[in-house]
Amino acid sequence: MTQQKQLPVLTPRDFESDQPVRWCPRCGDYSILAQVKKVLPTLGIPREKFVFVSGIGCSSRFPYYLNTYGFHGIHGRAPALATGIKVANPDLQVWVITGDGDALSIGGNHLLHVLRRNLDVKVILFNNQIYGLTKGQYSPTSPFGKKTYSTPMGSVDNPVSPLVFALGCEATFIARSVDIDIQHLTYVIERAAKHRGTAFVEVYQDCNVFNSGAFEYAQDRVKKIDNVVYLEHGKPLLFGKDKKKGIRLDRTTMKPEIVDVSKVAPDDLLFHDEKAEEPTLAFLLARMRYPEFPEPLGVLRAIEKPTYDEMVNAQITEAIEKFGPGDLEKLFNSGDTWTV
Amino acid sequence: MSSTIAVDGQSPGADSSRLTEPLESAVIRFCGDSGDGMQVVGGQMTNASAAFGNDISTFPDFPAEIRAPAGTLAGVSAFQLHFSSHDIYTPGDELDALVVMNPAALKTNLNDLKQGGILIVNEDEFDSSNLNKAGYAPGYNPLRDEALLSRYDVHLVPMTRLTRDAVEGLGLSPKEAARCKNFFALGLAYYLYDRDMSTTKEWIRQRYKKNVAYVEANIRALEGGYNYGYSTEKFLKRFQIPRAQLAPGKYRKITGNEATAWGLVAAAHRAGKRLFYSGYPITPASDILHQLSEMKRFGVRTFQAEDEIAAMTATCGAAFAGEIAVTGSSGPGIVLKGEAINLGVMTELPMVIVDVQRGGPSTGLPTKTEQADLLLAMFGRNSDSPVPIVAAASPSDCFAMAQEAVRIAVQFMTPCFLLTDGYIANGSEPWRIPRLHDLPPIVIKHPQGRTVGTNGSNGQTDNGTPPPFLPYQRDERLVRPWAIPGTPGLEHRIGGIEKRDGTGNIDYSPANHQHMTETRHKKIANIADTIPPQEVVGPKSGELLVISWGGTYGAVLAAVQQCLAAGKSVAHAHLRYLNPFPKNLGDIIRNYQKVLIPELNTGQLRLLIRSAFLVDAQGFNKVQGKPFLIREVVARIHQILEAH
Ligand code: SF4
Repeated sequence: MTQQKQLPVLTPRDFESDQPVRWCPRCGDYSILAQVKKVLPTLGIPREKFVFVSGIGCSSRFPYYLNTYGFHGIHGRAPALATGIKVANPDLQVWVITGDGDALSIGGNHLLHVLRRNLDVKVILFNNQIYGLTKGQYSPTSPFGKKTYSTPMGSVDNPVSPLVFALGCEATFIARSVDIDIQHLTYVIERAAKHRGTAFVEVYQDCNVFNSGAFEYAQDRVKKIDNVVYLEHGKPLLFGKDKKKGIRLDRTTMKPEIVDVSKVAPDDLLFHDEKAEEPTLAFLLARMRYPEFPEPLGVLRAIEKPTYDEMVNAQITEAIEKFGPGDLEKLFNSGDTWTV
Repeated sequence: MSSTIAVDGQSPGADSSRLTEPLESAVIRFCGDSGDGMQVVGGQMTNASAAFGNDISTFPDFPAEIRAPAGTLAGVSAFQLHFSSHDIYTPGDELDALVVMNPAALKTNLNDLKQGGILIVNEDEFDSSNLNKAGYAPGYNPLRDEALLSRYDVHLVPMTRLTRDAVEGLGLSPKEAARCKNFFALGLAYYLYDRDMSTTKEWIRQRYKKNVAYVEANIRALEGGYNYGYSTEKFLKRFQIPRAQLAPGKYRKITGNEATAWGLVAAAHRAGKRLFYSGYPITPASDILHQLSEMKRFGVRTFQAEDEIAAMTATCGAAFAGEIAVTGSSGPGIVLKGEAINLGVMTELPMVIVDVQRGGPSTGLPTKTEQADLLLAMFGRNSDSPVPIVAAASPSDCFAMAQEAVRIAVQFMTPCFLLTDGYIANGSEPWRIPRLHDLPPIVIKHPQGRTVGTNGSNGQTDNGTPPPFLPYQRDERLVRPWAIPGTPGLEHRIGGIEKRDGTGNIDYSPANHQHMTETRHKKIANIADTIPPQEVVGPKSGELLVISWGGTYGAVLAAVQQCLAAGKSVAHAHLRYLNPFPKNLGDIIRNYQKVLIPELNTGQLRLLIRSAFLVDAQGFNKVQGKPFLIREVVARIHQILEAH
């Protein structure tokens, strides 16, 4: 489009608002903000078409720090806000910034429905496994037995896995990355931005104050080698030093197992297929948890389906094409009328 | 076609032995099991009467259970129609005629039939099993109770059997045949009140166009009922209610929910915008969602949300994006919306919340009416949270007030409540069809976009770039601009956190919160400058002022008119604007010695009026899930005037 050619070349600075960023020192949120700012100017979308929506929590302050349209909403409801915005104006690129408590506890219902509807929005879930803003209670993703201010003897709640939840909703795009894994995070955010439909990204985010080190196993340069596996479409799942370890599917138990790559035929390894409509293998991967397994990072699933906003608006067009544009006076005068 | 004498709905003028008595008005009620199709025939008689030119007012009354056990008291469904040759305001206090399809319906409805009223009963259904289900004592049959029956003009008709006879030969199963008996009953009523059957026949043809046998069967049943009245000697009198002298114009029948839906679309149209409506299924508001879902070619986007919370929050989102954003529900849903209504209050975005009130608290009485959400609308949110409130007075008034709610919302950048209730939402009356260009225009001005260089609007105003856009810079009415996403150069952030006036940046400072709280209140108070002054029916000063609001309009007005005709010193002020009140309301109140506020709640408007004007207003409060009867209000007025 000619209009796009005239667009000023934007830089990350153009997306910076005049508000001072107020997260705690060394909070993982800083890195996520930086990567988003890096990706936005590369998308060829004018700045005024971005809308960042959030709920409540540390992560939900995000929209204030970007010089786009922004709506800091109420706890858990960001997906519903985004639905109103996107259905009203599908021309906008709408992002939802949320946290584990916001998205999976108070807002679990809204997340479920935005994912199943496949509304064309990008959802980034900052998972720090804790309530930060309210000063350190356990969250729906905190591990079983977690000791916090509200669980002095350890929590007896089983945690929910964001990826498994998203798969259960049959989301069309599901990915995971880590706050300080800068290159990988940039890649995943870019992929999410370019996906048509609900893009769901879980980011492991360190809460330096209330849950420091919760993801050290996936952040530390050395430790992560054995603890995460990077997903690449069409490639086998390999990890560990020199990628000597792989994941194989035990076809009798239907469970994944870690194998020594040198001891199995390459075709025996599990290959990643992000485009698979059938989500069973993705489920299997999403359920691989540290420390038993390396945890998958990258794009777990990316399939194409019509988007909600597109279909809602297509019905409007279809109705107008079929019956002509609405005429209120004609409507008022239809049916049984009488004149006095 | 028909096996009986064909009478095309014309008055059988040749039959001079029959007396046709002219009446000013009549009230008829059809009642039976919820599976008996009473709402359908009630609606048909309404259409026929409206099309004939009567003034009409209806009261459908149905059980909350979709299918309560057949034949039980809980399963009784009724439809009341008042049709008249003069202005009427209610569906009528008592019945002139009652059509009863089974024992349970007789038991629950007979009390409302006036002495000497016409009682038409389908005697076929009065077997011991049905009598038992209705809770009559073993061995007792009300149809054999001479003392009971002597109070009414009773007609026992074997409707089920006659209907079967009428549809014989069409290949219908006995069950299907019996199902047509509601049209037999309707035919009889048409005979009795000299109604034209043609609109109903046309409706039957459309409704069952996929099944010729059903068309034929229902038309035969209808004609069968009519002819039964004509040819038997049972009905010595029939009645005629001449056309009403309504204001000249073209009319149609409209229900409150229809009028609300159309009013919202009309308002969006007059504002040059599209309507976004989100809701979650709830009685009695769902019909608005259904209506609007049918209106896609008017650009209406509907969203059936996952819950009430999402419906309200999505409304905030659509408002931010620049749509005429509306949600609708009833009390139990409005409670859940409170959180996001407050987000609308804080972000100062325009949106309308329709509350079709029903009996409560909690799930309460889903299908019964009440007007007990006024204080919920007024105060049902955390902290100081002013929201304007308007209320419709009658089914057709929903059309005007829906537009007013939209007008106030966009003109003042605020959520605005529109209160209706189950009674006016489901009830219907004639509506004078307006011309579109006669409807009030709604003017919306969005701030224009502006081109800025890169690094432009980060608040750094050096090197000639324009100053940053101020989303909370207010005009003289304290209203902030409505800048919508997609507009270049106006990027800004809003949210539920307290913010500094002007910039909209987060600000928790004490003085700012005081200023913002007061500003939000003043802004809503300023709406009073744009609403019409309160009008009064009756003398400008005197002994008693009766103040009403919402769906009680008709009953209270009729009651006051009766008292005026009897020479009483009484006047009526019906409020359509509840927050803020019309500016002259205090002056009006001071012109009367006493104030009476009849309400279908325990005194909610009374609380507001007392606190606003320090007046010792008295209440008349009915909470039975039913509207006021005129005579109840008259009696209360007399009681107050006589007390010294
Ligand atoms: S509390 Fe935790 S999550 Fe919140 S800003 Fe501080 S470090 Fe970040």
